Amino acid sequence: MDAIRMNNITKTFGTTVALAGVDLRIRVGEVHCLLGENGAGKSTLMNILYGLYRADSGDIAINEVPVEINSPKMAQSLHIGMVHQHFMLVESMTVLQNIILGNEEGTFAIDYKKCRERIEVLEHLYHFDFDLDAKVSELSVGEMQRVEIFKAVYRGADIIILDEPTAVLTPQEVSVLFRILDDMRNQGKTIVFITHKLQETMRLSDRVTVLRNGKFVQTVETKDMDPETLATMMVGHAVELVTHKGACCPGDPVLEIRGLKIFSTSENTINLTVRAGEIYGIAGVDGNGQQELERFIVGTERPKIGEVWLNGSDISACTVAKRKKLGLGVIPSDRHRNAILPGMSIVDNFLLGLQRNSRFSSMGLVRHKALEAYAESMITAYAIKVSSERQHISELSGGNQQKLVFSREVGLDPVLLVAAQPVRGLDIGAIDYIHNQLLELRDRGQAILLISTELSEIMEMSDRIGVLYKGGLIVERDADDFTVEELGLYMAGGKGA
Amino acid sequence: MKPKGTFNLFARRKDWESLWYSLLAIVFSFLLVALIMLAMGYNPINAYAALFRGSFGSVYAISLTLCRSVPLIFVGLAVGFALKGGMFNIGGEGQLYMGGFTSAVTALILPQGMPVFISLPLAILAGMVAGMVWGGAIGLIKAKLQINEVIVAIMLNYIAQLLTSFFVNKYFMAKGSMTPQTEILPAGMQLPNIVANSQLTTSLYIALFMGVVYWFVFRHTVFGYEVNALGNNPSAAGTGGVHTVRTTVLVMAFSGALASMAGIFEVFGTYGRFIDGFSPGIGFTGIAIAFIGQGKPLGIILAAILFGSLQAGAMQMSLMEGVSAHIDKVIQGLVIVFIATPNFIRYLLNRKTR
Repeated sequence: MDAIRMNNITKTFGTTVALAGVDLRIRVGEVHCLLGENGAGKSTLMNILYGLYRADSGDIAINEVPVEINSPKMAQSLHIGMVHQHFMLVESMTVLQNIILGNEEGTFAIDYKKCRERIEVLEHLYHFDFDLDAKVSELSVGEMQRVEIFKAVYRGADIIILDEPTAVLTPQEVSVLFRILDDMRNQGKTIVFITHKLQETMRLSDRVTVLRNGKFVQTVETKDMDPETLATMMVGHAVELVTHKGACCPGDPVLEIRGLKIFSTSENTINLTVRAGEIYGIAGVDGNGQQELERFIVGTERPKIGEVWLNGSDISACTVAKRKKLGLGVIPSDRHRNAILPGMSIVDNFLLGLQRNSRFSSMGLVRHKALEAYAESMITAYAIKVSSERQHISELSGGNQQKLVFSREVGLDPVLLVAAQPVRGLDIGAIDYIHNQLLELRDRGQAILLISTELSEIMEMSDRIGVLYKGGLIVERDADDFTVEELGLYMAGGKGA
Repeated sequence: MKPKGTFNLFARRKDWESLWYSLLAIVFSFLLVALIMLAMGYNPINAYAALFRGSFGSVYAISLTLCRSVPLIFVGLAVGFALKGGMFNIGGEGQLYMGGFTSAVTALILPQGMPVFISLPLAILAGMVAGMVWGGAIGLIKAKLQINEVIVAIMLNYIAQLLTSFFVNKYFMAKGSMTPQTEILPAGMQLPNIVANSQLTTSLYIALFMGVVYWFVFRHTVFGYEVNALGNNPSAAGTGGVHTVRTTVLVMAFSGALASMAGIFEVFGTYGRFIDGFSPGIGFTGIAIAFIGQGKPLGIILAAILFGSLQAGAMQMSLMEGVSAHIDKVIQGLVIVFIATPNFIRYLLNRKTR
């Protein structure tokens, strides 16, 4: 029996066609991966199923019964639950309160005892283990996600949709999640798993549906597939999944961090040196001080303990502007927050960070001609897809925005490039492009500090790797001297590896 | 990551689109007020004809309109400048009182023998410095202590108005005057009239010139770019090397200087002296003007002239047709409502179609 049947679904946003006649069939009791690159229409399709969007045309049947889903409330009454990328939890309330929110037992007052009993039965059935009285704000990201999944189960969902659930998790948390999902499938639940990661798809799913550019490509049995074939279906042409990296020949030290304390409470300090012509990778689970480290190097925050040296001079007390002048290029981890001016034109965005550079301004006036010429040359050199330089940057795709930021930061040959999560949210083509550009920069003698929570990216790109844990650098070795398992253990704080 | 579906009064639109919205808002307000007049038993066509005659019907009417527009141009530019930097300067009223008072007192205190070409700029500069301090303080408190600029600005409005009132009543009251006002300024210090027997003075040229300066700052200077970046995305601006604290203070200081000019040129132009409580809420009207003008200098100037003409023509309309002169406030209010509405409607639509 099909749990979900979506026929010929079409959805447009303005002039953009998000979904063009997509079909989806999902059997009861399977884990079904919805695979595709960013913008392929995976989330849109599931938001339609969950009643957040309405399809322009097409029909939906749940358990072989035709339905019309107008709201999430209706989806819930059809036993559909969805766990979004951004959690919908009230942080100041307890786990228990969050789980029952909207489905409280009791007529006038909430009957907490009854709720608790119901939760405990379900917890036991699906092998969850919560501290029900903990505040959500005290939970780790993985725990919050499990609360979200459990919330859907508590509301009686038989079909559970997960939107890119592993994006925020550590390798260890991912395996916990997968165990839970396996469990739930064995209990007869149907799982729809939105992802763009091939390994996950192979490991987890029974069947896969691939979407590309809003179109249905194919639904296949996972056991007949291999990652290369899936990648080809997803991208539309053959792709190489390996980056070619030559030997590294490092030069003089460029960035030195001495005795830096990320948090006042951290036990360990950070001591590291990035040399010209090498990529130094900072591995670690999100939230162990990556963003703080980034801010200390960029200069938007000053360290209380420790020093940052660039090319042999102490820049700990320098302003951001001064550091830029000394040759610091930055690809911030949060592009939308820290790298682009959404309401301004592409040309204006090229100026950000270079506005005091003598090439683009003199006597306090912007040199428009030089700037426009530079923007144009960068757009050509980095194949950024734009319709005009006067366009607002918010009209570009995420990949093209990132290419713009990348070209802006490396265009004037910085002394040091800090690349934090440089490929987050990009599709395979753009990831490949950025990675190869980084390697090329390295080969030209650029010092690069790569901060990434993607283990595979760190392994693939770095010449040396340091692991960040609770604000300290707990281990540092040449990249070849680590195995994935060892790195995973260090990232979880283990020292015995 | 993009905040979708939030109601944003300052949402950015394409240029032609925003111009269209502003025009629609104005037309709708006039139509709606016509209905109100009909309901009250007046003839809206006659009333609007009288309004038009009173604001554009003669050289005197036009000069009255422009005279009313001048302070509105200054405060409109002031609010627009702050908005570009992502701040809401609702403190224009306080800044123009401080500016007007300081410059008037400076003019009265300076030795009489001093050549006017020194003393007049000096007095004006003193007023602008006062406005900069009054505005810059808001920026400093916001940047350093993270206190919302709106609250600080409103408080400072009261302080400025009452402080100047106190000083006028206590120390600078004109001899024999019944109303609290300073002595009349020396004749040489008063700006010359453009049109004889009207209150329109050369301050109009200064207002228009400030519009050009405003345009130039945002079109050509690095500072203007940094202000724009700060208003667009403060966090990205900081990462891009913009000194956020310094720029925040400067934006509010310059905004304060612009607003203070509204008061200064009422003193040196229109009235020839500082009068306690002379402003009928000019600083607040500036907010509406900046919105209708969509933060662009030409738009702000045109919006200021529109509001100036309403104020100038309302008296005529009241005399000829008996319609209350306060109807101009109704039109102004409706224009603001309609300007805010498109974003609000879009917000509602977004919620439905999402």
